[in-house]
Amino acid sequence: MSFTTFLQQCLTGISLGGAYALIAIGYTLVYGILRLINFAHGDIFMMAGYFMIFAMASLPWFLAIPVTLLVTVLLGVSIERVAYRPLRSAPRMSVMISAIGVSYLLQNLATYLFTALPKGYPEIPFLKRIFQIGGLSASFVTFLTPVLTLVLVYLLILLINHTKIGMAMRAVSKDYETASLMGIKINKTISFTFAVGSLLAGIGSILYFTDRMTVFPFSGSLPGLKCFVAAVFGGIGSIPGAVIGGFILGLGETALVAMGQSTFSDAFTFILLIVMLLIRPTGLFGEKTTDKV
Amino acid sequence: MKNITKSKNNLYSLGALVLLLGFLAFLQSDTAGYSYQISILERSAIYAVVAVSMNLLTGFTGLFSLGQAGFMAIGAYIVAIFTIPVEARASVYYVSGISPVLANIQLPIPVALLLGGLASAALAALIGIPVLRLKSDYLAIATLGFSEIIRAFIAAPMFDTITNGSYGLKNIPGFSSIFTVFGLAALCIVLMVLLIHSSYGRAFKAIREDEIAAQSMGLNLFRYKELSFVISSFFTGVGGGMLAMFMRSIDSKTFQVSLTYDILLIVVLGGIGSVTGSVLGAFLVTSGRELLRFFDDPLVIGGVSIPLFRSGFRMVIFSILLMVVVLFYRRGIMGDKEFSWDGLFGLIRRLPDRLKKRKTSSAAPGEGGLKQ
Repeated sequence: MSFTTFLQQCLTGISLGGAYALIAIGYTLVYGILRLINFAHGDIFMMAGYFMIFAMASLPWFLAIPVTLLVTVLLGVSIERVAYRPLRSAPRMSVMISAIGVSYLLQNLATYLFTALPKGYPEIPFLKRIFQIGGLSASFVTFLTPVLTLVLVYLLILLINHTKIGMAMRAVSKDYETASLMGIKINKTISFTFAVGSLLAGIGSILYFTDRMTVFPFSGSLPGLKCFVAAVFGGIGSIPGAVIGGFILGLGETALVAMGQSTFSDAFTFILLIVMLLIRPTGLFGEKTTDKV
Repeated sequence: MKNITKSKNNLYSLGALVLLLGFLAFLQSDTAGYSYQISILERSAIYAVVAVSMNLLTGFTGLFSLGQAGFMAIGAYIVAIFTIPVEARASVYYVSGISPVLANIQLPIPVALLLGGLASAALAALIGIPVLRLKSDYLAIATLGFSEIIRAFIAAPMFDTITNGSYGLKNIPGFSSIFTVFGLAALCIVLMVLLIHSSYGRAFKAIREDEIAAQSMGLNLFRYKELSFVISSFFTGVGGGMLAMFMRSIDSKTFQVSLTYDILLIVVLGGIGSVTGSVLGAFLVTSGRELLRFFDDPLVIGGVSIPLFRSGFRMVIFSILLMVVVLFYRRGIMGDKEFSWDGLFGLIRRLPDRLKKRKTSSAAPGEGGLKQ
């Protein structure tokens, strides 16, 4: 493998990792607050893909993107309201089963509304433009993804550490009964967390699907699981952890595909998870060392 | 008095059994005519085995594992590899040939099923050592991960001569009659019920209720968790083998995560911690899925076709129903109680009262099922 090919693969890996990181943050935020693996998160990501297809059908891209993100946020927040809020005091297993149920429902709904056949993802002209740097050539989105990811993560960390709602999120994640005694509106904070998570999933979905070109009802389930693994790998509850986890996963997977072992690229994720859980169950950045949201 | 009710209940059970056998015999008398009904019932019975084995783990030991599909895959592939008739193998492994070691080994079906179960039990024992140290959702995601790893290995090109890679296996011998399926399923379920009622079962329940308390009573936590995991996987493997025989052809896509979810939903619907609930759930979910099939056909009322009814609507309705159960009847049909005749008659007696009460005090949340 020549050096250029190597760099090219690295770039692909980093770009994929960026999209994974954005989704993984959604898992980590929700888990930090509700102690719930939001199994539906991957499907929110998939639905965002479909929303974009329909938005682009009638609107120019600069309007379609905000509309898509808005609808995605609404979907995420309403899922929390309908499926998780009534179970707030239920055992954790029931909430998790409810999450699996929502994921199942979204997949079936997508199959019903949009058929199981893959739909072509619209091209956003400026994202698709090919750039050449030295021997490397890639579309603009490949360069944009990691940069945008880092910027968004920086903003998110600012939000969590320096704003009032961010403080509320931290408080709720530490102990939500005490937080509610302190006058924090638990429901509002949790809704906000879901909104942020879904927003990032929406952005991630635009970046991810622009590279992949097609969306189908199950295209969210495997990336969803992988991103959860990324979140666990980085230490669940930690945002930098989720980002690093996402990048490691993206790079590792791309490396396996480049080596011709694409059948194992999915298994790789889970092997990584199991090794991590055995060596360091709290993940790279355990709860103690980083801000937990 | 107590003895009389007991013998009366036994009589009812015997009657129900005779009715069931009669019904099965009736279906069996015309296998061609009733093939649709038979296939639904056979699938339900197989799912019941897997659901009860999942319940053994989730409902009775309190370990939430999502690895069912992987263990089913192992059982299914072992059964398929060892029972496909030797003559037919060349046509099954037409792409990359069959490994010479396996080419001429053909086992009788019961032996193959047992071997399938043992293989998944052995793997579970191995996986259990690291994984069972994890708690609740971490355990769930780790077992889910293992199930995906198993699937990846099955589909991997390097095992093509054993598993036939992504082409899958076909020509698996089927069941001779519906009685075989029901007999096997009943045997598996009875064995698990006996286990639950033994001292091991009580230890499992103690772990479910409170791990620390169980440990301080002198239970070796790891040993019992491992035991529960291994036994559950054994029956899941047998169930997978039965599924392979039922479907006659399998590939690695049969055993995706969605299969685990299907089983989980059966367990939840039936009631976590109730064996009869899981059995009931298996039959309800499997047949419900078929009964809702009319939602998939276009519906025309008075010349106006209702646009909602088209392919896929059935699964939407089905998943909404399941969400309703999860949200409002969290205990499922049976809760953690078992079916009993007294409970059934009690419910029938109380039914008019309950309906009256419901009318007066508008819709008190349902208690979800039978009480003993």
